[in-house]
Amino acid sequence: MPKDKSIKKVLIIGSGPIAIGQAAEFDYAGTQACKALKEEGIETVLVNSNPATIMTDKNMADKVYLEPLTVEVIKNIIIKEKPDSILPTLGGQTGLNLACEIAESGFLEEHNVKLLGTTVDSIKKSEDRELFKKTMEEIGEPCIESVIVHKVEEALEFSEKAGFPLIVRPAYTLGGTGGGMADNRKELEEICKAGLKASRVGQCLIEKSVAGWKEIEYEVMRDSAGNVITICNMENLDPVGIHTGDSIVLAPSQTLREKEYQMLRTASLNIISALKICGGCNVQFALDTESMKYAVIEVNPRVSRSCKQSYGISYRKSRFSCCGRVPS
Amino acid sequence: MAYLTLADGTIFEGASFGYEGDVIGEVVFNTGMTGYQELLTDPSYVGQIVNMTYPLIGNYGVNSNDTESDSPKVRGFIVRDYCEAPSNWHCENTLDSYLKENKIVALRSIDTRALTRKIREMGTMMGIISQKLPTAKQLLEVQNYKIEKSVQSVTTQKKYTVPLKNGLKAAVIDYGLKRNILDSLTRNGFESTVYPCFTKAEDILKDNPDAIMLTNGPGNPKDNEFEIEQIKKLVGKKPLFGICLGHQLLALAHGADTYKLKYGHRGSNHPVKDLDSGKVFITSQNHGYAVDENTVKGFGRVSHTNWNDRSVEGIIYNDGISFSVQFHPEASPGPNDTEHLFGKFNRLAREFKQGGKK
Repeated sequence: MPKDKSIKKVLIIGSGPIAIGQAAEFDYAGTQACKALKEEGIETVLVNSNPATIMTDKNMADKVYLEPLTVEVIKNIIIKEKPDSILPTLGGQTGLNLACEIAESGFLEEHNVKLLGTTVDSIKKSEDRELFKKTMEEIGEPCIESVIVHKVEEALEFSEKAGFPLIVRPAYTLGGTGGGMADNRKELEEICKAGLKASRVGQCLIEKSVAGWKEIEYEVMRDSAGNVITICNMENLDPVGIHTGDSIVLAPSQTLREKEYQMLRTASLNIISALKICGGCNVQFALDTESMKYAVIEVNPRVSRSCKQSYGISYRKSRFSCCGRVPS
Repeated sequence: MAYLTLADGTIFEGASFGYEGDVIGEVVFNTGMTGYQELLTDPSYVGQIVNMTYPLIGNYGVNSNDTESDSPKVRGFIVRDYCEAPSNWHCENTLDSYLKENKIVALRSIDTRALTRKIREMGTMMGIISQKLPTAKQLLEVQNYKIEKSVQSVTTQKKYTVPLKNGLKAAVIDYGLKRNILDSLTRNGFESTVYPCFTKAEDILKDNPDAIMLTNGPGNPKDNEFEIEQIKKLVGKKPLFGICLGHQLLALAHGADTYKLKYGHRGSNHPVKDLDSGKVFITSQNHGYAVDENTVKGFGRVSHTNWNDRSVEGIIYNDGISFSVQFHPEASPGPNDTEHLFGKFNRLAREFKQGGKK
């Protein structure tokens, strides 16, 4: 496998205790990452705040730090351990957010640490609602009618035009914390206020509800050479409007015809290519139950909670992050 | 109760659905998870009993749009579980009644994985689906069964045109074409005129097309001597694009050899590497024969290989205007990752028409 020989020591950010956004499957993912990197002969340093995981077992990583997952702690570990790279995309949203904050502060460059896998730019493109919408428009993938707000008033203004129900989605949060569905002005005001507070950047997306449409997800992967593959697709038993965490997910989808399956597959691959994600990625769609109309709900530049079995995704993903290629 | 009996005597006991009757065919397996209606109507399955490795079939029903030809072409159909309550907005009929109406015999509730393993180990085999255990006479028939004149049985009997205003003119030789080849040609700027496989090369050239498409089709490529002779007369005269059987026939016309694969490639998840770009594409496949790599010499080079077994998946010919692929860029069923090949065909045809490149 043609891998990047400059990678010798990697800091892996674990997923912390089990909760939405840092769930058990992410813990599993991190464990797989340790294994894959070790097999590549790379030294691994792991930080995780959760001692009750096999990820922190002695034989998993070369060095384990049981510390709180905060920017300060990770900075200190980097100073002490001097890893040449950091792998944040397997620890769920927690790991992604931490990596973004540290990268934005310029700390990684200062200490010559490479961010493996997806770049900060790609993470931002998929997590920042505004940038994401723009990217989707550029490649012609339909999004749900929406507006980005930093103030409650802006949300109310949009509601006059778009009508109710509306969905409030705060940017950079765990498992949609602080968001919700609003059926009227009063609810919108309340939810939006909470959402802006919960968001790291004080930003919310207000979008028209597509509640009742089918909720379909694709797990896709891309390597540094631009090869793309679909691992699987999934269908939520409940329609859009019921959180995936409260629903049952089936892999593969059961009620999609070939044409619908391929339409959304092609869209997923176009999206992962446009975002230049390196590694795994989860794309969520809403699909009308009575036509071929669909909309991209969101993209997570990491494996998703829905993909519980992970199908060995985490393992391969870690390898891609070190410039392994799909053909191998 | 209904049965599948293989030529080696293995019996699988299951239940009947679709049309009730006895059929003999070549038992093959397909690994696609969706696309059973496209598959049933794909003429390349003539003479074959298709076993689905995906365990639940029928779950989105059938409709009048998702067909690749005018009717189901498989000999028989085998599934693990048949879904009696389909769910999809476009569903017009259940798979069961669709098969009954079209007199296609089907078998459900057998261990399709065991059957697939058997075929993988022993190679493709003849078999019979029967409502009662087969008689000695039927078993003899199974052992002697051969798929013959399959291309000739599915080709169009009359020339016809799919018009496109200001489109380049493609002559499409129908060896058992899938409808989506014509749709893909239309999407990529071609007006298609479809010719029966028994058309003489001179008659096609007389119509002066800008390019010629050799379609997919069923059976052993070497059975088509007349067709290969005609292709020999077309080589170098016009840009040629071969798909599946069309690819095999074009290679045979250049003097290459083909052989029968142990159990073939059928499904919509086959990785193929483009040797020029180094990229890997997931492709749709349906073939039991392949071009022998060692015989691709002197007239062209291998451009694509199958990433599972390294067999030949594409050839670029030395005349600079012809190419062919073993997989199905028209998809349906399958991924659309290689539709760009129709764009390449358009480019070659345009350049050739303008006399820029020979």
